Amino acid sequence: MRIPGSKILMECLKREGVTTIFGYPGGAVLNIFDEMLNTDLRHILVRHEQAAVHAADGYARASGKTGVVIVTSGPGATNTVTGITTAYMDSIPIVVFTGQVPTPLIGNDAFQEADIVGITRSCTKHNYLVRDVKDLSRIVREAFYLAKTGRPGPVLVDLPKDVISTEIEFKYPEEDVFIEGYRPTFVGNVKQIKKAVRLIMRSKRGVIFAGGGVILSNASEKLRELAQKLNMPVTMSLMGLGSFPGDHPLSLGMLGMHGTYSANMAVTESDLLIAIGARFDDRVTGKIETFAPNAKIIHIDIDPTSISKNVHVDVPIVGDCKIILGQILEALQDENLDELKIKLKPWHKKIEQWKQAHKLTYKKNGSLKPQFVIEKIYELTKGDAIIATEVGQNQMWTAQFYKFKKPRTLLTSGGLGTMGYGFPAAIGAQVAFPDKIVIDIAGDGSIQMNIQELATVSQHSLPVKIFILNNRYLGMVRQWQELFYNRRYASVSLDYPSPDFVKLAEAYHILGMQITDPKDVEEAIIKALSTKEAVLIDFRVAEEEGVYPMVPAGAPINEMLLL
Amino acid sequence: MRHTISVLVKNEFGVLARVASLFSARGFNIESLSVAETLNPSFSIMTIVTEGDEQILEQITKQLNKLIDVIKVANLSTENFIEREMALIKVGAENANREELFRIVEIFKAKIVDVSPKTMTIEVSGNDKKLADFFELLKSFRIREIVRTGKIAMLRDKKRLKKGE
Repeated sequence: MRIPGSKILMECLKREGVTTIFGYPGGAVLNIFDEMLNTDLRHILVRHEQAAVHAADGYARASGKTGVVIVTSGPGATNTVTGITTAYMDSIPIVVFTGQVPTPLIGNDAFQEADIVGITRSCTKHNYLVRDVKDLSRIVREAFYLAKTGRPGPVLVDLPKDVISTEIEFKYPEEDVFIEGYRPTFVGNVKQIKKAVRLIMRSKRGVIFAGGGVILSNASEKLRELAQKLNMPVTMSLMGLGSFPGDHPLSLGMLGMHGTYSANMAVTESDLLIAIGARFDDRVTGKIETFAPNAKIIHIDIDPTSISKNVHVDVPIVGDCKIILGQILEALQDENLDELKIKLKPWHKKIEQWKQAHKLTYKKNGSLKPQFVIEKIYELTKGDAIIATEVGQNQMWTAQFYKFKKPRTLLTSGGLGTMGYGFPAAIGAQVAFPDKIVIDIAGDGSIQMNIQELATVSQHSLPVKIFILNNRYLGMVRQWQELFYNRRYASVSLDYPSPDFVKLAEAYHILGMQITDPKDVEEAIIKALSTKEAVLIDFRVAEEEGVYPMVPAGAPINEMLLL
Repeated sequence: MRHTISVLVKNEFGVLARVASLFSARGFNIESLSVAETLNPSFSIMTIVTEGDEQILEQITKQLNKLIDVIKVANLSTENFIEREMALIKVGAENANREELFRIVEIFKAKIVDVSPKTMTIEVSGNDKKLADFFELLKSFRIREIVRTGKIAMLRDKKRLKKGE
């Protein structure tokens, strides 16, 4: 039977197990949206294409499935770039379909034409322009395969209008996807595993450093097994939060610029660092020359380019975190772990001293503190919600004061640091888990970067909770200006005056509340959590609160500004 | 240190742009680049001459390997290899100095490929040193134009970049 490209696309999506698409229609994708009406696919219409990509990204992070986006050509396509780059930096599997002008018009500066394949070359894992409908099914299958396997990431497929309207005889290709230049390594090299085990057994002051890769490869259980078996403390990057329970006695919390005192001290003093699925970002290492200066480093990562990119690594192991942790656990069976545990005793004593010396805290002076709000959210959700954050102080306070217990419960833009990410990401997570509590912890700056999505929440009756820590400032920038620019506040005040977020919520048919007094916080959160609809709470928090500890950019991580 | 890298790529639309933009995005330097199809038109070989220390080279190799359209990457500089570049040189050649030009061309096993009343165009190929020496000698003539291909390179002995290519 002869069918058009648009129908082939739908068939391919069905075969990939896609149930939900985030998108925005337009001229170049009219055929696709028309064809979508003949399927069971759920389309979440957003109000800006950037939000479609963030939503697909949040859907992917929360569920582990691949997020899918369909947008039109030109501006529809270019609006996806920030979302794609966000996903690229954090290795999130999404497939973005963009419309394109008909092939004879490509290169002619046609209406709504943009060279999106050229534009996204450096922010996708791979991208395709489909020039012949005969290639469509192969390319779609490759796109999903590439997005999900190896180090995951976004893949973009550009679909010219004539390609998706052309009819051909179609038979779905059943054979396995084969891409000649793409063979990720999954199993760790046995010699390297042995070397790693030898280093572990010789160590006296070991630390495990878990990154987002642990979550992406679903290796959390193996990580916990390893940490407990070795009785070794675990610190996490921002992307790694949730990979190991934040309330576990072995957890040191987050490492780096706004990491805990104990994590930064422990890594600096360690003699062994086992980095798992982390890439040693500059926000983690601080001054590279003084990062873990006495430690041998074991680095487990699926992407060979991550290894020895920023820090020198003694034992690199390329492969899938989950498989390699399994291999290490197996190799440890022949070792005398009791001896190791005895050796580690003084180390644990030291760590306990660091933990007690500077706990995460804030000045309690009767005003409404953002950290207090997050503590209450943690308490009232029992740490069992999906939390999205925006970027800035709201993100760091969440990372510090919400003790993530499970993987895939924190959605945050770690690598790119995209303000405006959290709200649409929360929408995506809520679509994936309609019955779970999904909260976007926002700042008043970030929330205004994708505020139009209140309409999406309203249209699709999504019970997303939007908690704004409203300090009337671009708080993180203000904090840097306070500390490093002599309190010269350049373009950071948002108090002209701050928008009435309650009225704004109401304009979108959503319940809005404003809280100014700490004693009203608990009741408001309880009310929001028990409401089966979207709720926005504008927490008017202290204006000039800072995030501490803080390591100034480029300083050694054991030189922290403390509260 | 200077390195000659051979890259076997799928002959896909945009593959050159991917390799070039990888170099620019990561701040790697390209000294020369040449590319053409292999016997199998589905593949091309790129020869890239670049500069960098060991760590940069390791990153270049890994980042190239990460590109989906790249099949194989080999740093030829670490092995025994042959390197050639071709150049076309147009020089001013009046009757008076043509004899000497012929001699130089012969010594360097170059070829005269075009003659006009006032110019001659010479084709020469060889390694870096030979081309440099040749250009030096031609300086006493008036060099009007030089076009170079960039280097191509191949491993010596039986070694191949990839079986069957």
